[in-house]
Amino acid sequence: MRYLPLTPADRTEMLSAIGADTIDALFADVPAEARLPGPVAGLPAHASEMAVERHMAALAARNLTAGAAPFFLGAGAYRHHIPASVDHLIQRGEFLTAYTPYQPEIAQGTLQVLFEFQTQVARLLGTDIANASMYDGSTACWEAIAMAARITRRKKAVLSGGLHPHYGETVKTMARFTGDAIDARPPRLDAAPDDADVIAAIDGETACVVVQYPDVLGRIPDLALIAAAAQAHGALLVAVVTEPVALGLIEAPGHLGADIVVGEGQSLGVGLQFGGPYLGLFGCREKFVRQMPGRLCGQTVDADGRRGFVLTLSTREQHIRREKATSNICTNSGLCALAFSIHMTLLGGAGLARLAQVNHARAQAAARRLGQVPGVAVLNDVYFNEFTLILPGDARAAVRALADRGVLGGVSLGRLYPGEGGLDRGLLVAVTEMTGDDEIEALATALDDVLQGEPA
Amino acid sequence: MSALNPSGWRPEAGTGESAAALAPTASGDHALALEEPLIFELAAPGDKCGVDLDAPESPPLPGLARFLRAAIAPLPGLTEPEAVRHYTRLSRQNYAIDLGPFPLGSCTMKHNPRLNEKVARLAGFADVHPLQPQQTVQGALGVINELAFWLVTLTGMHGVAMTPKAGAHGELCGLLCIKAAIAARGEDRRVILVPESAHGTNPATAAFAGFAVESIPATAEGRVDLAALTARLGPDVAGVMITNPNTCGLFERDMKAISDAVHAAGGYVYCDGANFNAIVGKVRPGDLGIDAMHINLHKTFSTPHGGGGPGSGPVVLSQALSPFGPLPFTARTADGVVHLIEDTNADVFPQPGAFGRMAAFHGQMGMFTRALAYILSHGADGLRQVAEDAVLNANYVLRRLEDVLDAPFGHSGPCMHEALFSDAGLADGFSTLDIAKGLIDEGFHPMTVYFPLVVHGSMLVEPTETESRAGLDRFIASLRSLAERARAGDASLKSAPHFAPRRRLDETQAARKPVLVWRETVAPA
Amino acid sequence: MTRYFTKDHEWIDVAGDTGTVGITDYAQGQLGDITFVELPAVGTAVGKGDAVAVVDSVKAASDVYTPVSGTVSDVNGALEGEPELVNTDAEVAGWLFRLTLGDPSELAALLDQAAYEAYIAEL
Ligand SMILES: Cc1ncc(COP(=O)(O)O)c(C=O)c1O
Repeated sequence: MRYLPLTPADRTEMLSAIGADTIDALFADVPAEARLPGPVAGLPAHASEMAVERHMAALAARNLTAGAAPFFLGAGAYRHHIPASVDHLIQRGEFLTAYTPYQPEIAQGTLQVLFEFQTQVARLLGTDIANASMYDGSTACWEAIAMAARITRRKKAVLSGGLHPHYGETVKTMARFTGDAIDARPPRLDAAPDDADVIAAIDGETACVVVQYPDVLGRIPDLALIAAAAQAHGALLVAVVTEPVALGLIEAPGHLGADIVVGEGQSLGVGLQFGGPYLGLFGCREKFVRQMPGRLCGQTVDADGRRGFVLTLSTREQHIRREKATSNICTNSGLCALAFSIHMTLLGGAGLARLAQVNHARAQAAARRLGQVPGVAVLNDVYFNEFTLILPGDARAAVRALADRGVLGGVSLGRLYPGEGGLDRGLLVAVTEMTGDDEIEALATALDDVLQGEPA
Repeated sequence: MSALNPSGWRPEAGTGESAAALAPTASGDHALALEEPLIFELAAPGDKCGVDLDAPESPPLPGLARFLRAAIAPLPGLTEPEAVRHYTRLSRQNYAIDLGPFPLGSCTMKHNPRLNEKVARLAGFADVHPLQPQQTVQGALGVINELAFWLVTLTGMHGVAMTPKAGAHGELCGLLCIKAAIAARGEDRRVILVPESAHGTNPATAAFAGFAVESIPATAEGRVDLAALTARLGPDVAGVMITNPNTCGLFERDMKAISDAVHAAGGYVYCDGANFNAIVGKVRPGDLGIDAMHINLHKTFSTPHGGGGPGSGPVVLSQALSPFGPLPFTARTADGVVHLIEDTNADVFPQPGAFGRMAAFHGQMGMFTRALAYILSHGADGLRQVAEDAVLNANYVLRRLEDVLDAPFGHSGPCMHEALFSDAGLADGFSTLDIAKGLIDEGFHPMTVYFPLVVHGSMLVEPTETESRAGLDRFIASLRSLAERARAGDASLKSAPHFAPRRRLDETQAARKPVLVWRETVAPA
Repeated sequence: MTRYFTKDHEWIDVAGDTGTVGITDYAQGQLGDITFVELPAVGTAVGKGDAVAVVDSVKAASDVYTPVSGTVSDVNGALEGEPELVNTDAEVAGWLFRLTLGDPSELAALLDQAAYEAYIAEL
């Protein structure tokens, strides 16, 4: 077996060094009836690299890759161009095959990257500080709500209708078990986001208001207004960013009064990967630091007085505080944080701003063209790189019909909100720097055909 | 006060000066030992950029004007050559599996096969959006479904929830299944029992899921005290969380009896499967009566640890708990089509008891492809050999060192995949920390230290099956020499490491005055 | 003023109906460098034995139990910027909180200095 360095002779000699007759003597504590007599039934024997590669490649070939079709999907996962050096660098074995930097003297590489990452994330989100990553945006969103409840000692969260439904469902799942109250609402197909409804729902029991920015339909809520309303009731504003590239163009939530800002970092450096692993971003005000979930890297000095970095404030965490920990998270998204940080370093603030402008300009071109398709209307007045089309009929069926024509045309609201009949004509369309004019034209033409009932 | 520092872990600064301090160079670098500034010290925001982008073809929409960012985010950019150098230089300050043994107990730091990296990067997996119409992602759904099938086969369980993002998230999934199953019976049970030796995520997860946590003691042999556990069972106990093999590296012999007792009292058995590597292909947890167990794909199934993550924590479920798992999940119909079931009233495979979504999208696909390639590469025979070699290597370490290091449970029989030692017998003033830091100078990554908490000054060594005999012998020789030095009170050990990129770091200062982000005003020390 | 101790390593100085609580020098020595102290809110009513404060070192967090019941009347604000006071002067300047005693008869069950010293000598 190519991955197992012990030879049969090693095994025999080692057993005799241990004083065991057979390998099974080492499994003596396992009750005999629980020990399998031979290899697990049903699973084939070992296979060569070539054979496994062939099997996996055959599975991969059964997917329509984003790069092989006109592509317009977003809704929390975005297709951006990743510079070639990112993947090269994250495959350095010293990054790839290390673990959580428990021994700082031999993990300064990972630790310095985390310190740089925390600074980049804080500056991007406009928060004082940020942690070393969560699993993804949706789990970071629940962690923010739980943290707000600890800070305010209240148990109600108000969710905007513009929050990604997967995030909303994740929150509701957790709240059902923890007993937190969730005041959620579905989105309405209006040009304006539901700021007024959210503000009206805040009261003296509210721990936090959770608002996505830009929201799931691509609209942009007025965070400053909502922050002021939250503050008047002693509640916190949790802002959720699922497309961090937007923050190259629109103001950072932390600068608009958000107390906690969480996000999905996948857009920078990580890639689509069918939904995971992704990267949870988590930033907040410095005064809340002892209530934060997750790892934190901090600067210090070594015994020679040289600058160095360590994991710090660990008494918040599960390995020390156990049932009183701020979160149960242990393994996080380290390598995705590295990828994000490298991509961010290649861009810099100015490059990110330019990238955001290009995304927005491309989206305008797409919205203009798609709005000309007969029967199709653009819902949004304002958007960044994603907007909602209103089709004359069921968008879910249209998306399937587009796929039959080789076009990945967007995400239907019917897919995102099964059973919400009032939304089923909505189609989310995302456009990035990757989207060419020819792709926009291909979608417009195919959509026209589909809506006119032309066979594929 | 509650227990005063039960693990005995106290960071201590080293003394004396390092070789680097004794032979200063103008650059600060020492041959291949390279120092590297922060990106914020390498370039100013706006100076340069490593990505070429065309100018935007149009200005922002007028309606966007009131939302625009007042100032560009103050982040420096680097050109590609500078960025490649920055990260490559930083990478060299890390120890990693690729450089040598990384015997971090409980973490299963085994070799990460590069085939798995290759297949995960096939465009058909890497460049696919999670919300594409299902007809366009049959291969991706097929990977999830196939891996799920093998995990069920290997564990002898009934079903599996694939979406949890790491072990701790899997624990949460299992406990939520238990909570949902209890609620479906119209009962309200609030207590989860957790052994003292459990990993911190176990009690933290139980609390996160809204349970009260009570601890159960261990026997002098390092196993769960069955009598104490049975005595505590009752109508308020929802279940137990048992780690098997446990964190002392021992198999819980009474597992079946524990399961039977818990079931008889109306509770469920959660098994922390972080240590599955010891028994994979040899023992099916389903035969031990457990109801839920997470599998860390980043441990047993070799997906890379990435400097802290990502992981993946699928949870295998018993027949009793399967109806209550999370959404979404995959299922194959007779026509060969794999369906992704995202809501409780789906047309096919409706699952009215499902407890809901735990995260956006459908799980850690990038880890699934790697784990599937790993399982197929090893096959049933290879996986069995994995467990046997992992256990053999650990016992070899245990028996070769127990004369110089105290092995608190060495008398209770063979260990499984990890060998546990304590700080008993070290000279006064010498600690586990000193041995760990000494290992760094020897060119190894230290073992897990000060965990589990049930042993003072724990050292938990998990060599894994991917260490060669020669590699193990070298490690053993180093650890033996360190143990002897610490028993003899060799003062030079107190200032180790001497040869690492940094000497011992001042963790007290880091925690008292946290500096968590770079600020222009924070001058480098 | 009389000083009492608990087996959980808290001390309490009692003057009139006010008690001042801290952790013992022995306890701080076991914990190592104190990095942070979490103090209760003034006005909180506490029962004997409740976990009222938390003392963090780098690798441990320990709850501090109040030796007697009462209402928190003051906390040691100096610890916010200088948690190390608990290391350097645990039994005077490193005090944690004051309370107005709820039931002075609870003091009878506590240890005196000699009894506490005898107790830690056994540990
Ligand atoms: C015994 C045990 N349980 C649970 C976990 C948590 O797993 P993860 O880090 O994947 O969340 C770990 C891993 O570190 C572990 O060692």
